[in-house]
Amino acid sequence: MADVAIEPQHDPVNPPLVLGNPTYGDVTNTVSDIVERKTPKKWFIAFGISASLTLLLGAMLGYLVLNGIGVWGNNSPVGWAWDITNFVFWIGIGHAGTLISAILFLFRQKWRTSINRAAEAMTLFAVACAGIFPLFHVGRPWRAYWLFPVPNPELSMWQNFRSPLLWDVFAVSTYATVSALFWYVGLVPDLATIRDRAAARGDKIRKYVFGVLSLGWRGSAKHWKHYEMAYLILAGLSTPLVLSVHTIVSFDFAVSIIPGWHTTIFPPYFVAGAIFSGFAMVMTLMIIARWALNLEHLVTMKHLENMNKVMLATGLIVGYAYATEMFIAWYGGNPYERFAFANRALGPYAWAYWTMVSCNVLVPQLFWFKKLRTNIPVMFVCSLLINVGMWFERFVIIVTSLHRDFLPSSWGYFRPTIVDILTFVGSFGLFLTLFLLFVRFLPMIAISEVKGVMATSKGSAAAH
Amino acid sequence: MNSNLTGKKYWRSLDELADSPSFRKWLHREFPENASELLDSKSRRTLLKLMAASFGLAGLTSCRRPVEKILPASHGVEGYIPGKPMYYASAFVMNGVASGLLVECHDGRPTKIEGNPKHPYSLGAASAFAQASLLDLYDPDRMQAVYQDGKKTDWEAFTRFAGSHFASLGQGAGLRFLAQPSTSPSLEAVKKHALAKFPQAKWIEYEPVNDDNQRQGAQIAFGQAYDTHYHFDKADVVLSLDADFLGLDSPTILPIKQFSKRRRVESTSAEMNRLYVVESSYTITGAMADHRLRARTADVKELAVELARELGIAAAGLNVLQGTPVPHKKWIAAAARDLQKHKGRAVVVAGPRQPAAVHALVHLINQALGGVGETVTYTQPVKPFQPQVASLKELTSEMAAGKVSTLVILGGNPVYSAPADLDFAANLKKVGVSIYLSQQNDETVAAVKWALPEAHYLETWSDARALDGTATVQQPMIEPLFGGKSAAEVVAVISGYKDQRAYDIVRNYWQRQWGADREKKWRYALHEGFVEGTRSAEAKPSVNAAAVLAELNNVKAPEQGLEVVFRPSAGAYDGRFSNNAWMQEAPEPITKLVWDNAALLSPATAKSMNIETGDLLIIQAQGREVPMPALIQPGHADNCITLSLGYGRTRCGRIGEGVGHNAGLIRTTGGFWYTTANVRKQGGKYQLATTQEHFSMEGRPLVREATLEHYKHHPEFAKHAVEHPPLFSLFQEQDYSKGNQWGMVIDLNTCIGCNACIVACQAENNIPVVGKEQVIRGREMHWIRLDRYYTGDINDPQVVSQPINCQQCENAPCEAVCPVAATVHSPEGLNDMAYNRCIGTRYCLNNCPYKVRRFNFLDYHKGLEEIRKMVHNPDVSVRMRGVMEKCNYCVQRIQEAKIAAKADGRRPIRDGEVKTACQQTCPADAIVFGNINDPESRVAKLKKLETNYGILEELNTKPRTTFTAKLRNPNPELA
Repeated sequence: MADVAIEPQHDPVNPPLVLGNPTYGDVTNTVSDIVERKTPKKWFIAFGISASLTLLLGAMLGYLVLNGIGVWGNNSPVGWAWDITNFVFWIGIGHAGTLISAILFLFRQKWRTSINRAAEAMTLFAVACAGIFPLFHVGRPWRAYWLFPVPNPELSMWQNFRSPLLWDVFAVSTYATVSALFWYVGLVPDLATIRDRAAARGDKIRKYVFGVLSLGWRGSAKHWKHYEMAYLILAGLSTPLVLSVHTIVSFDFAVSIIPGWHTTIFPPYFVAGAIFSGFAMVMTLMIIARWALNLEHLVTMKHLENMNKVMLATGLIVGYAYATEMFIAWYGGNPYERFAFANRALGPYAWAYWTMVSCNVLVPQLFWFKKLRTNIPVMFVCSLLINVGMWFERFVIIVTSLHRDFLPSSWGYFRPTIVDILTFVGSFGLFLTLFLLFVRFLPMIAISEVKGVMATSKGSAAAH
Repeated sequence: MNSNLTGKKYWRSLDELADSPSFRKWLHREFPENASELLDSKSRRTLLKLMAASFGLAGLTSCRRPVEKILPASHGVEGYIPGKPMYYASAFVMNGVASGLLVECHDGRPTKIEGNPKHPYSLGAASAFAQASLLDLYDPDRMQAVYQDGKKTDWEAFTRFAGSHFASLGQGAGLRFLAQPSTSPSLEAVKKHALAKFPQAKWIEYEPVNDDNQRQGAQIAFGQAYDTHYHFDKADVVLSLDADFLGLDSPTILPIKQFSKRRRVESTSAEMNRLYVVESSYTITGAMADHRLRARTADVKELAVELARELGIAAAGLNVLQGTPVPHKKWIAAAARDLQKHKGRAVVVAGPRQPAAVHALVHLINQALGGVGETVTYTQPVKPFQPQVASLKELTSEMAAGKVSTLVILGGNPVYSAPADLDFAANLKKVGVSIYLSQQNDETVAAVKWALPEAHYLETWSDARALDGTATVQQPMIEPLFGGKSAAEVVAVISGYKDQRAYDIVRNYWQRQWGADREKKWRYALHEGFVEGTRSAEAKPSVNAAAVLAELNNVKAPEQGLEVVFRPSAGAYDGRFSNNAWMQEAPEPITKLVWDNAALLSPATAKSMNIETGDLLIIQAQGREVPMPALIQPGHADNCITLSLGYGRTRCGRIGEGVGHNAGLIRTTGGFWYTTANVRKQGGKYQLATTQEHFSMEGRPLVREATLEHYKHHPEFAKHAVEHPPLFSLFQEQDYSKGNQWGMVIDLNTCIGCNACIVACQAENNIPVVGKEQVIRGREMHWIRLDRYYTGDINDPQVVSQPINCQQCENAPCEAVCPVAATVHSPEGLNDMAYNRCIGTRYCLNNCPYKVRRFNFLDYHKGLEEIRKMVHNPDVSVRMRGVMEKCNYCVQRIQEAKIAAKADGRRPIRDGEVKTACQQTCPADAIVFGNINDPESRVAKLKKLETNYGILEELNTKPRTTFTAKLRNPNPELA
């Protein structure tokens, strides 16, 4: 990134992205120290809690596999409920990472550098959490691999390529693969930094492990040249994925014939919603991380404010989509569709709908005000509410459309069971566990990239 | 048993190979008489013989044969192909009335009950009850042994006891028999013999749902209790006074067969009958009505009198209720004029809850309407009239007085079913020796000295008469699974009848009736399912108007206030199907309630008492009370509560125990059918499970309905109910112009919503029962369901029902979305399920606009007893959990017909050769299935009707199941 480093400025509109005028060495030390210092007690406490929740997830999934989908609240007509809600929710969370790393990179948005690593990691972990649900929501999870077009003597045939669920398999697995590659490639220079520092401190295990992981990175100009080209290509590859994954996830619904699902607005609406929720989750995590790890000078108010702006923008898109849906349902004149949307707003799940609208449309409006969008407690609460709202958005789309479709005789109501709830809670455990492990063992801020956007070029380039 | 007909000689467990103690214990149980010899090393030969026999039996555990070796199985049964089902004629008896059956047996195991097409009261159809009675055969909670004072013993012990005990009874002064009403000629013979041996003994018959009032009414009207037969196929106008003649008030399905003939409209020139119904609770008969009048049960008699007055019947003598203001005068007057207009083609029927005077008056009205000989006929009674409630009352007073030393109860569970004021259980304690023959391990079993297991009717020989006297020999399909015996056998033991085995009793009885060719006649009767020449003689009685009027003039004005009515339930009936999971889960046709009964009351009454559905009420009548959850029933009569019988069992087996509440606790001889009651809220809620939660069509064109008049002017009204733009499919559509293309038409105009198809489908397709909790969760598994909608005013709505099975869409939305192609289209237009391929994403369920797909959310076959598995149809796989399932037009039956047609020289399948289970049993013949590519097939012709339509066709699903629109024929005067 050195070639795009900018000259120091003191512009009130564009404040510096790294505060306190640290040297390159300071940045390296700050970030590497998180990995190298003795594991703090509070990490263990947090890890203990999240690992317990992960065990809970395991227990719930085990219980599910032993007994069947009936341990959840799913029924007829609500064939999908919290399972797919959680799937779409987690997939959506993952979107911020790719957006920050790929699209913002291509648009030369410098401010991404402090948060992209953590956001990408979050993407991976969110996709891992998301992946659990479609695999375990099937009635016979031991046959879930039949979804993949692998040679299969029992099935002896191709999958049905007309099914959006199969498209999901390709979209999500591609997304997971590319995100993982992108994340890993971005990590390589920093892994080498940790390796070198470990060698200097005589930490043999770390030197060995990170030596393997850093793939022989020496930081030569040739390495940097190839690295940056690879990074650019991966960014280019990832960019369509940001759009495609949630587009295809939205096809699960848009391609069906159920009123409330069968709408062409879903792809852009889902993508905007995904970015919206992804940023909210990044925000939640970064606020905690910068506080817990004293990274205020690297993850600055400017970063947070920019993210809030993105949330405001995507929140407006989402709100616009809600309004359009309602309008088209009325304007389209299809009685089933009209009913489906009236039922969302006024039916038995109206509470969910209005929770969604309040959290996703009203809450981000606070970010019009600079005072509020630069206020950490406000943005923390907002980010949490947006996450709640986005979960409810998926719940509303899935459950309220299904519970009352064409034939009133089949209408029903969905109530979650304790297993539904604990499985969802457990998925947070898995997410946090992975995130805590990441924070503990890998540089959570892209050291090399941050250096590239520092307002100063003085001081020594300690490692590079 | 023939050892050369055994299966493979497997050893069944490692225990057996090792001759472990547990295996020896097992052998003990299997061969109690010789088991001890096994352990004696000297009798090695016996051991070997027994081992051979036990291995032989091992192969037979799943294919038991009748114990009577009429034809040794070693000779083979002519035409029997292993694996192919055999059909045998038999009869199902309800309230002493027989309906002819054909029972499908797979390798000696009855798996499906169908109506006998040759039997005059079945005509091929079978009621939900008759079909579900099959499941009782395999009920693991049945009485399985003889019990003496609650201790297990055996038949030999009972026979020994009976031998000495009954010998000591002399003239039988203290001996009483309490039986269920029976029309069995052979039992009658045994009974006669018993009563001849014990001349002072008495034989009492009682059933909690009985026809006392009808017969008493005939007795008053004619001086003799003639059996009355209505011919709804000949009636242009029918008026029902509280008679659910299409539903629970008829022991057979014949009225449905007859009635539906007059509802079938296939051209604008066709005529249709008109049905008026006066009733308190909403019944399926009321749902079919063109005009329905809500009235309390007690108020029906004044409406009947008003009707008679309007018809000008014996106006001079009819001074009863004179001057009391009659509500609904206009309605009655219009109905009367309509009846009058159709003289000779009109009929009035009254229900069993109406007092005898009303029945007598109805006979008078029918005579005045000139329908006798046409719409109403009379025959000599099948058996003499003996009022059941009164006889039971007399018996219990004798018991209370200690006059009964020996009481022989032949079924019927009187401890549960006797009116509460008779206190049967307490009085039973005063009886020295009580003997009870029962299939169910029920409340009465717990209260008697000797409890004997009764054979299921598919296990033993018996016979019974239909309403018109036609006798059927009930032949067994299987050896008694638990060593049960028939009522005739027990009475034969008691009285020392010359024949002791059921087979001999029945066969010898009939052979005595016949002359030289008796063997031929016997075989013919068994084969045909009825005995020729056994119809009762026609009678042409005339009504004694004076007697009727005299009886009527005793009628008091109805008591005002809240009324409580007792009705049999559509599930448990009177309790006999309490432990039958199929019936418990068959939704009540109107309320859609399953696994429960409830206090039904009208919206207005509920509002006035501030009651909501699910509120737990205490209902008080005749000084007794019972808790009961409330269920608001639109269209119910105001100021009236309906309770259904057969629930709240304290002992009957794992299925039925503790299900619902026992309305019998407040049913007394004084208020046997209805009485005044008080209601208060107990506080607290009770969760009721219904299979349908939303009752309005929301203005959607699902059941398309018009009046007959409108149809005649706009024959295509149903097709014009939906306008949609031209439809295009995203995918290339399959060519369905060649070969067999299966399709179905369901006539909404004749379907009465009786549940027979639901139970037929359940039996045919091995559909699991899920239980109340799962139904509350919305996970019932029925492949065909009856959607019921209310139309009109909530206080007095009309009801329409619509059977919905898989519509077999040509452009099936479910198929496109399945990722593993587990549901795909067959070239014959079926939407097939490949269960083995299904991984259970439930995407198809979500995308099915008809919501006919059923998912195995849990392992609903888990823990099923081995014996309960014997009911399964071997032609249909049992689905595991996690798999989607749904109707496939009985593809196994289609395949069978195709194989037969192929074996028969590759001929095309004839129309009507394949009948789906629902179609086969539909008493209204509302379901027609066949090849729509064959222009001559009935289904293709029906599809061409102007009234034919598919639901949600605007989605371009192209459903193969279509509907014939519903018509009503209202009286213009009342419109």
